[in-house]
Amino acid sequence: MSLAKPDAIDITNKQKIALAIGVIGLFILTLALFNTDFPNKGLFLTLSLGLISGGIIIYSREAYLTKLEGIKNDGVWFKSISSRGIWGWIVGIILTTFYIVLYFFPKYLGLGTDGAENSGLISLFDPLSQLLSGRNASQWFVYGTLYTVAILAFGYKFILKYRHNRYQQVRTVSVMFFQLGFAFLIPEFMYVMNNSLPYYDLKSMWPLNYYIFDEWSVNGFLSNGNIGLALILFGIISIFVISPILTYKYGKRWYCSWVCGCGGLAETAGDSFRQLSSKKMSAWKLERWLIHTVLVFSVVMTTAMIYTYLGYDKNDFWLTRGLFIALVIGFLTLVFAGVMFFKGKEFGKDAKYGAIGFFVVIAALLIMHFTGTTDNIFFIKGGTLRSAYGLYIGSIFSGVIGTGFYPILGSRSWCRFGCPMAAILGFQQRLFSKFRITTNGGQCISCGNCSNSCEMGIDVRAYAQKGENIVRSSCVGCGICSAVCPRGVLKLENDTMEGRINPTEILLGNDVDLMDLVNKK
Amino acid sequence: MQEHIVIIGNGISGVTAARHIRKLSDKKITIVSAETEYFFSRTALMYIYMGHMKFEHTQPYENWFWEKNRIDLKKGYVNNIDTDAKTLHFAEGDSLKYDKLIIATGSKPNKFGWPGQDLEGVMGMYHKQDLENLEKHAPNKDVCKRAVIVGGGLIGIELAEMLNSRSIPVTFLVREDSFWNGVLPSGESEMINRHIKNHHIDLRLGMNLKEIKSDENGKVKSIIIQETGEEIECDVVGLTAGVSPNIDFIKDSNIETGRGVKVNRYLETNIPDVYAIGDCAEQHEGINGRRPIEAVWYTGRMMGETLAQTVCGNRIQYNPGHWFNSAKFLDIEYQTYGWVFSERSKQDYEKHFHWKHEDDTKCITVAYNKDTNKFLGINTFGIRMRHETFDTWLTENRDVDYVMNHLSEANFDPEFYSHYEAEILSAYNKQLQIA
Repeated sequence: MSLAKPDAIDITNKQKIALAIGVIGLFILTLALFNTDFPNKGLFLTLSLGLISGGIIIYSREAYLTKLEGIKNDGVWFKSISSRGIWGWIVGIILTTFYIVLYFFPKYLGLGTDGAENSGLISLFDPLSQLLSGRNASQWFVYGTLYTVAILAFGYKFILKYRHNRYQQVRTVSVMFFQLGFAFLIPEFMYVMNNSLPYYDLKSMWPLNYYIFDEWSVNGFLSNGNIGLALILFGIISIFVISPILTYKYGKRWYCSWVCGCGGLAETAGDSFRQLSSKKMSAWKLERWLIHTVLVFSVVMTTAMIYTYLGYDKNDFWLTRGLFIALVIGFLTLVFAGVMFFKGKEFGKDAKYGAIGFFVVIAALLIMHFTGTTDNIFFIKGGTLRSAYGLYIGSIFSGVIGTGFYPILGSRSWCRFGCPMAAILGFQQRLFSKFRITTNGGQCISCGNCSNSCEMGIDVRAYAQKGENIVRSSCVGCGICSAVCPRGVLKLENDTMEGRINPTEILLGNDVDLMDLVNKK
Repeated sequence: MQEHIVIIGNGISGVTAARHIRKLSDKKITIVSAETEYFFSRTALMYIYMGHMKFEHTQPYENWFWEKNRIDLKKGYVNNIDTDAKTLHFAEGDSLKYDKLIIATGSKPNKFGWPGQDLEGVMGMYHKQDLENLEKHAPNKDVCKRAVIVGGGLIGIELAEMLNSRSIPVTFLVREDSFWNGVLPSGESEMINRHIKNHHIDLRLGMNLKEIKSDENGKVKSIIIQETGEEIECDVVGLTAGVSPNIDFIKDSNIETGRGVKVNRYLETNIPDVYAIGDCAEQHEGINGRRPIEAVWYTGRMMGETLAQTVCGNRIQYNPGHWFNSAKFLDIEYQTYGWVFSERSKQDYEKHFHWKHEDDTKCITVAYNKDTNKFLGINTFGIRMRHETFDTWLTENRDVDYVMNHLSEANFDPEFYSHYEAEILSAYNKQLQIA
């Protein structure tokens, strides 16, 4: 017995015009893709991006500014595009195709190879690239531009949607800023200043930025004197010092929903799809296996990569293979021992899986060291491991599935199932952080709005209806559960570690003696 | 053989009882429901119609949960209860034996004998079937050109919000001269009046329904207003003038009933091994200023938590703590802690401090004893406050000055929100000087 799906709520005429404007903008890009040679590329590029942004802006103003402030989720599960309807699938397929072409067949986008001029879509972006960095565009420049436009325009939409909620506004301005400045403009300007530096998005840290410790990258930095050395040191400090401090104080949200570009796109362009993430227990199980497997993969792969280009003796570089492996194993052991010592009790059954994971990595590293030759790491070529990671994780998982499948799997499937950076931050958030989502006593009515809107697929309600705070490694702290809660039950907070995890059976408001009896058992 | 606990009703009360009995024991548990196969959150029905969620999202537990926890679910309508033979007889013809019976059948919408109240297109908004009925009669603004809602309570305003989400014009008849002012003090009630009108809902205060008129097919055509005689054409009439216990099937049994199933403080009925909890239970006397029948989600859950102890051998009284409740009026959230009564029902000693923000969507009312200055309770609109903090202050018998000076400790709004405690405190101090 299910309710028939009602018709989607109609959009207004003004919104139809806005849609048409946006589609014309996209159409210009499509014409370029099919090799229309526009006379004044700069003009047509401006026109196209302007129309796309303008369409989104007009559409959102009509959608939200004509109504009173408040939660604007009416009809989300009726609309074809946001409920895995026909439009959802069409957009999903178009996005997926785009990603496949982008990663694997850039020549179809018009990338000029072997010194040839760009054509097609990529050539349309040449004027902008010339303006910023004095070189012609690449497929990555095209992608970066469109990505930035999407975050800015849909970020504006998101800000209007939540114009009663300052947490959402501030957070969105932050991701817009980091995308435009750190991911898009600064790397271009850095190129202008020093064109032999590798592309470096300062906010993207290892292991999300898995190529930073590649040989070409490290060589690129080191051959650039102090600035290069400073950059690579910043990369190391980011993950080993800055990130743990900020995550301790604010939870992983400081990165995932305030800074990160993947998160930025998910929160803005992906906002309409957040409700599509699966809340099933089985999805959570899959998530834990998958994301930690990727993490193990990325640690082993990076270690192997660095190992490959290090020498056996100190001729090339002070860091030798033996020393490096010892450092990695020492560090991992320190982390593992520390966690087991301080938090072993909280873990229970998961501790076993953690221990298995830990010893697998150590064993892999040792085997690698003692079987390795210059080219082979556990009998597989180092480069093969690296390219497998780049292909399956870096391209297919994070791009094709992570973004292409927005309208099917929800907006954060990469962040949830694949991102090794999210795994590290989440591990810390679960164990050593002041962050939690506080549940407001006994006020939960189990309505499910929170779980429904969780892009990370956390069954928020399962905690709230028990009066229990939400402390989950996957929570990116977007704050939408708190926003949509009709009874004011959820609040994102940084407070003391003490009493942060508070499982209860009887909620506040009942007999105090009964609460004592049951909850303190 | 394990003792067999049968629970009639799979709402929050019955399901909470079942879950806690399972935690405490190995007893055989069966939950009976005629409404749905699985437990869903009744409070979320509105969001299905509004398209925020699908029905399955309103189910707090996945379908495997019940089998895993060995809670049997039976879909069936209980026609009568034979307490001598400890047997339930179902409308479908079968029967079920129990050792202990928990009645948790909730409420049904009130109908006050209005002419035409059973026509096609006339409905309450309580059961899942009501939602299906609404979807049938009001799928969009072309099929339903106008809806009339009768009764200005929490369900009435939710139904108005639902219809509003599909751009269906709504006329909202409220018996009182201001929305829900039997419960809310006037400053709050009037703010909500304005908020309702800002949503383009045709709010008619002080108006009663006289009759519902039928078209030639037995479907609602219009309604007549008692006071003015005005006829309003409509395709749907929502009857939301409160709820009453859903216990018709018990009236013929030996179980004592009044308006609800009569229970003592242990939630036991007059028949051994038969209990009642939630909306359908009626205390002989209200507990600590509460009503004998509390049709509230939270109290249903609390009764379920309590009764599980008794059923499993630890016989304890139902003894709820400080009163709290919450609701949402369109875009304005409401929370209450302790007791704040409306002008109509408050005692002489109860005095109010009221503060309203200039944007007309936020306000608070603090109730205190004017003789002793003791803090009695708070209503808060548009500002979230912390349950635990107020529960502690109420237990500690804090006075109103303490509460007003520490109000920021109770703030539960999201980060970066504007804070109003300073403004509220200065208004409070000013009022003291005038008084």
